[in-house]
Amino acid sequence: MQIEWIYGLIGGLLIGSAAALMLLGNGRIMGASGIVGGLIDGSATDRGSTLAFIAGLIGMPALMSLGGWQVDTQAASAPVLLITGGLAVGIGTRFANGCTSGHGVCGMSRLSVRGFAATLAYIGAGAMTVTAMRIGLGL
Amino acid sequence: MRLMIAALSGALFGAGLHISGMTDTTKVRGFLDFAGAWDPTLAFVMGGAILPMAVAWRVTRGRAPLSGGTFPAPPRHEITRPLIVGSVLFGIGWGLVGLCPGPALASLSYGGWQGALFLAAMLTGMGAVPRLRRALDSAERAA
Repeated sequence: MQIEWIYGLIGGLLIGSAAALMLLGNGRIMGASGIVGGLIDGSATDRGSTLAFIAGLIGMPALMSLGGWQVDTQAASAPVLLITGGLAVGIGTRFANGCTSGHGVCGMSRLSVRGFAATLAYIGAGAMTVTAMRIGLGL
Repeated sequence: MRLMIAALSGALFGAGLHISGMTDTTKVRGFLDFAGAWDPTLAFVMGGAILPMAVAWRVTRGRAPLSGGTFPAPPRHEITRPLIVGSVLFGIGWGLVGLCPGPALASLSYGGWQGALFLAAMLTGMGAVPRLRRALDSAERAA
């Protein structure tokens, strides 16, 4: 905790500004799963800006790491977890038509009922998963 | 113009994820661990992100996007089964590893194979959805 919530708030404001820029500039909802998913299944109408967005999203943290601000993802290293988790996130977000950025940031900020319902569902399911893993498997 | 805006938006998004620590899976899973040593950082990130967006949605009224075109249609209100089932599935995967789609992409820049493997599985899942949808639809019609 301590100072970390301030970084959380500053980072959050930047994420919201990114979404605001995408909306006011290009008229698009900045949902990571929608932007990437459209590229994968060929439904993207604006491939150029989709690729530019992804380049910025990957490039900026890379530059910051090179500049000395290192972070670690500390992701689990069990391939079965990574593959199951990745598949569930990929399939789930496309069926639900959004993820943390689309339903959470862009949806809830316009008081979308679907945004609130989706956010409640994925935070609830995520909390149950984490708790079950900690109590049941000690992970 | 559209490309510049998209690249700048992606860069801001990446910087925000990096600074807020949301690329760190222990922080995300710590937020989901309400019954354990709860880490509230994600709530501050979500709150901080909603503020500028709430202003942006107000600004859209009666205007058009800078680069032309139209703003997204008003949100739908039906709570559908794919919305809830999909979000629950997403939540399970999110809880298992601690990465959602934005940070999964950003994690490529840290060089770890774990993020890359997760991302590959996520993209595979996304690619399978149109086929899954068709299979589910025809199963439903047959039933």
